[in-house]
Amino acid sequence: MSEAKKYPAPVTNPETAAFWDAASRGKFMIKRCTACGEAHYFPRAICPFCYSDKTVWEESSGEGTIYTWSLMRKAPTGPYAIGYVTLKEGPSLQTNFVDCDLTTLKIGQKVKVVFKPTDGAPLPFFTPV
Amino acid sequence: MTIKGKAYIAGIYEHPTRHAPDKSTAQLHAEVAKGAIEDAGISKDDVDGYFCAGDAPGGAWPMVDYLGLNTKKLRHVDSTETGGCSYIIHLGHAAEAIAAGKCSIALITLAGKPRTGAMPPRAAGAEADFESAYGATTHNAYGMCAMRHMHDYGTTSEQLAWIKVAASHHAQYNPHAMLKDVVTVEDVLNSPMISDPLHRMDCCVVSDGGGALIVTTPEIAKSLKKPLVKLIGHGEAMKGPRGGKDLDLTYSAGIWSGPRAFEEAGITPQDIKYASIYDSFTITVLMQLEDLGFCKKGDGGKFVADGNLISGIGKLPFNTDGGGLCSNHPVNRGGMTKILEAVRQLRGEAHPKVQVKNCDLAIAHGTGGLLGVRHAASTAILERV
Repeated sequence: MSEAKKYPAPVTNPETAAFWDAASRGKFMIKRCTACGEAHYFPRAICPFCYSDKTVWEESSGEGTIYTWSLMRKAPTGPYAIGYVTLKEGPSLQTNFVDCDLTTLKIGQKVKVVFKPTDGAPLPFFTPV
Repeated sequence: MTIKGKAYIAGIYEHPTRHAPDKSTAQLHAEVAKGAIEDAGISKDDVDGYFCAGDAPGGAWPMVDYLGLNTKKLRHVDSTETGGCSYIIHLGHAAEAIAAGKCSIALITLAGKPRTGAMPPRAAGAEADFESAYGATTHNAYGMCAMRHMHDYGTTSEQLAWIKVAASHHAQYNPHAMLKDVVTVEDVLNSPMISDPLHRMDCCVVSDGGGALIVTTPEIAKSLKKPLVKLIGHGEAMKGPRGGKDLDLTYSAGIWSGPRAFEEAGITPQDIKYASIYDSFTITVLMQLEDLGFCKKGDGGKFVADGNLISGIGKLPFNTDGGGLCSNHPVNRGGMTKILEAVRQLRGEAHPKVQVKNCDLAIAHGTGGLLGVRHAASTAILERV
């Protein structure tokens, strides 16, 4: 199972450090632009939609649905399922699905964020609700 | 300003190797450069423009030096890197440079050895911390597209399999093809699942090799001995998740590059006699055929079924060399070989069993990067004069 897998620690940088600090406290953050109102992921300082610099951190519900997925049947560290989740707040993001039977994943299935440890900040993953 | 008719492909060469343990990557570049220069009937000292991408060891200036190009004459270089479609983009950029008088004989090379040597790592983008741990590979990135396409449009594994079946029908006539056996839909469905819903036979081969092009002015092309193949339309585009807004993995950047190329050429998809469509995976072909307008979005499955892509049988002969699915996929980059087979078709130099009759209009289209993540696309429309 993927639980045994060792994940790389995020490198982080000044633009994204707040995301990883929050992740260390178990919070899953997205960015929202106060000029155009759009949320986005992964976080940027400048809004990718309207180019305003008035972007602020917002805690996501961590809840969403599976947009798509694919189960890699063979890999050096075992099978794993990659996919995209569409968050309740709107943005879709790339992730792995964990802590579940990977053969029963379905598009539209409800999932929630879970964090997995690394040697640095924990990484967000998603698991069926 | 248009590049329509401003540039001709006067020389082509595809390396026959699919496995090159005894050659260096730079050597393969030199061998394909020599091949294309000789095919065109020019001298290397005539080349005044050079184009290469991320597969060229060290980039443009080490390659120009290694290849012994005439630096007194060389006056235009372009190392645009957009993965597998880099060389289709280079073709358009070469035409732009020629139209602007910046060069008159351009050399474009691709070569490498993913089977027998190390591949350079992909450069990380700003997304690295937020994506690299999740293990996106070509297989699962294209698997994600196929999964969603099936969900939204009812596309089936059987329909995808027809694309491989068609490629295998063509590959049987290519002596250099890695996979020469004709396969059936059942063979594809019975091959092991690699990354859902893609089976092993939905995936292209991994091969060493390369290819090169000589692109030149109409005047120079007409002074040479090869049949005349002219670029009449070109497009390029990029697509990514863009902050995660309105994610839709069922279409590619070809939805933008295609219409740009067709508009410039002044023709429609229905005018195309032969199509080279990048086939990293079967789903790549299906989505691109839709995006280019050969059928409606969502109808790709029906369009490719029942041999519609087989030369002599279907309405749209595609990848008559066997493509990436059966022949080769040098450096995991399929753009160059797409142009090469389109030129062979227009010259009448394809294998007689797959040569399209009266082939006067062809398309070469490809993507680069990962269709399910971030990618580029480029479309070239070529005409036999």
